Amino acid sequence: MPLLRVADMTHYFGGLRAVHQFNLSLEPGEIRGLIGPNGAGKTTIFNLITGIHIPTKGTVELEGRSLIGHKPHEIAAGGLGRTFQNLLLWRHMTVMEHVKMAHYAQLSYGLFGALFGTPRRNAEERQVAENTLRLMEMFDVAKYADWLVGNLPYGAQRRVEMARAMATKPKVLFLDEPTAGMTPEELVQMIAIIRQVHRDFGVAIFLIEHRLKFVMELCQRIQTLVFGEIIAEGTPEEIQNNPKVIEAYLGKEEIH
Amino acid sequence: MEATELQAQALPSRTRRIRAAFAQVPALGWLAGILCTVLIEHLWGDPLSYQLYLPKLPVLFGCLIMFKQPVLIPSVLAYVALIYAIPIAAVTLLTRRLANAVASQLSRLPLWLSGLIHLGLLYLALYYWADLSDYRELVLKLTMIAVILTLSINLINGYMGEFSCSHPGFMALGAYGASIVTLLLFTNDRMFGEALLPEALGPWCFPLALIIGGFVASAGALIVAIPSFRTRGDYLAIISLAFMFIVKSLIENVEWVGGPRGMSSQPNWSTLPVVFSWMVICIWVINNFVRSIYGKALNAVRDNEIAADAMTVDTRKTKMVAFLLGAFWAGVAGGLFAHVMRFVNPGTFGIQRLAEILAMVYFGGLNSVVGSIFGAVSINLISEMLRPLEIYKWIVIPLILILVMIYRPTGLISFREFDVRKILQPKQQKD
Repeated sequence: MPLLRVADMTHYFGGLRAVHQFNLSLEPGEIRGLIGPNGAGKTTIFNLITGIHIPTKGTVELEGRSLIGHKPHEIAAGGLGRTFQNLLLWRHMTVMEHVKMAHYAQLSYGLFGALFGTPRRNAEERQVAENTLRLMEMFDVAKYADWLVGNLPYGAQRRVEMARAMATKPKVLFLDEPTAGMTPEELVQMIAIIRQVHRDFGVAIFLIEHRLKFVMELCQRIQTLVFGEIIAEGTPEEIQNNPKVIEAYLGKEEIH
Repeated sequence: MEATELQAQALPSRTRRIRAAFAQVPALGWLAGILCTVLIEHLWGDPLSYQLYLPKLPVLFGCLIMFKQPVLIPSVLAYVALIYAIPIAAVTLLTRRLANAVASQLSRLPLWLSGLIHLGLLYLALYYWADLSDYRELVLKLTMIAVILTLSINLINGYMGEFSCSHPGFMALGAYGASIVTLLLFTNDRMFGEALLPEALGPWCFPLALIIGGFVASAGALIVAIPSFRTRGDYLAIISLAFMFIVKSLIENVEWVGGPRGMSSQPNWSTLPVVFSWMVICIWVINNFVRSIYGKALNAVRDNEIAADAMTVDTRKTKMVAFLLGAFWAGVAGGLFAHVMRFVNPGTFGIQRLAEILAMVYFGGLNSVVGSIFGAVSINLISEMLRPLEIYKWIVIPLILILVMIYRPTGLISFREFDVRKILQPKQQKD
């Protein structure tokens, strides 16, 4: 059974068809890429699956349970972590607070514990602090633990976002352009980190990316989206040589 | 030439040395210093003020006297120096080694015990200070109530980042709720008739009355929250402002709580220890909340709601809890206020009260427990000290606020954690 199954998902913004009959079946431990030109609807697909928009038609199931109509935080707590294309970090919070915060759904001490500082709360918060430290080290942001995120280098901000997403204990991780705006060195580091996350946590990864080299290196299967429709799906080699993909990216050769 | 240069170098180094010496004084040392000066004032305050030709003991550091009779300014300054400044400096500096030794002993105790010891000293100092005049006691109680109010609104306007204007409304609900309970159950008065329970039981049930007042305020908050949390920003400000006026005119039109004439003859149960303990409990509870992950979730919702949602935070529940908690403490503050003044009327909870509360929270600093305490205490003291200026007071205080808003837009002590352990620890450098 696939971990995440999306069938015939279609979405309209008013009269505009943003996504047309999108299908996806993500197996456990798979790394899958989604590529396509600007405005093709890649981020919309992420937002539809993670509950920010509700699809007009179609089904979305995580481990056989439907996600349609659930709130984003319920879907996230159910095992679907994500990062954002344009870095949605909390500007008044430190790196450590970011990662700690993402443990929200795993807490059980409730309001009473929060108000009166019960021993249970202290024990749970200590556990969260340990896990936070581990994640910060893994994503190489432990040295910035007490910095406000806005003061971090761009690449480190991206890693904080990933550490935060991993703190929610996801089964599937959605990465929306994880290398946008990165330097070549940061790019190499990011590939290593994604490989490590994949290996150590055993999560399935679904990522949107513009840099074809990056996608080709990481992903086992790639889907290509143009104007809300999948025009090609296959292994990196198949995608690379697919005339439709080449046409979508480079344009058609015109014969006079 | 050389000599002046040397002097120029020596001067900052001396001030630096003095500053370094004061930096070594732990919280315990400051408390001991304050306690000493207060006791000195108790013993020699009256004779000294007679010697200095002051009309009476200067109540609030002599500001009232200075404004009324500028001739006496030197006397007042001499009084402040002799009674407050010199003893505090002397005691804190001389005992700093001892104080550090004791503080390091105390830091080995459990935090709550060492915290209670410090609080006990603080209470003693405040008690002896307020003991000298009824006016001081009143100012002190109102200041402590203001601390509760400021903290509770900081939860909403600072930590949650929504601009809510309904705090006087919550305070009114709490004041009337608690007053109705105490008047109905424990006092013979003309509004509700005979007491239902023996009056001796009253002071013990007073916390219950305050909590009921708090819950009434929370219920009011629920009415605001349900429609307004669908919107953000200005809309909540408008809805909450409307709520404040609705509460006010509602109370004005309900005859059985006195209508516009208000309610009076509440029993005098808001004594100094009662108000002090409630303030401490409020600071403790709110500090616990904002430092927990649920409190951090509130900050996340403020900074970016979509990201908070994607990180498993139940944003609606988080906002609701914070809003109701803020309203609860505003209600408790209202209940205490009603029993300090022993009279409430709807006019007390109008736009002017709102301006005061907002001034305290924005002056002190958003998203900070220390900032709230600082803002409430300083704005309250400033406004009491400037009382002789009468109407011009309301030019000076807004001017101060405007300056703060220009140079420190989030307040003087904003975005700082209140870590009790760090405050109480000994300060001596090991050398």
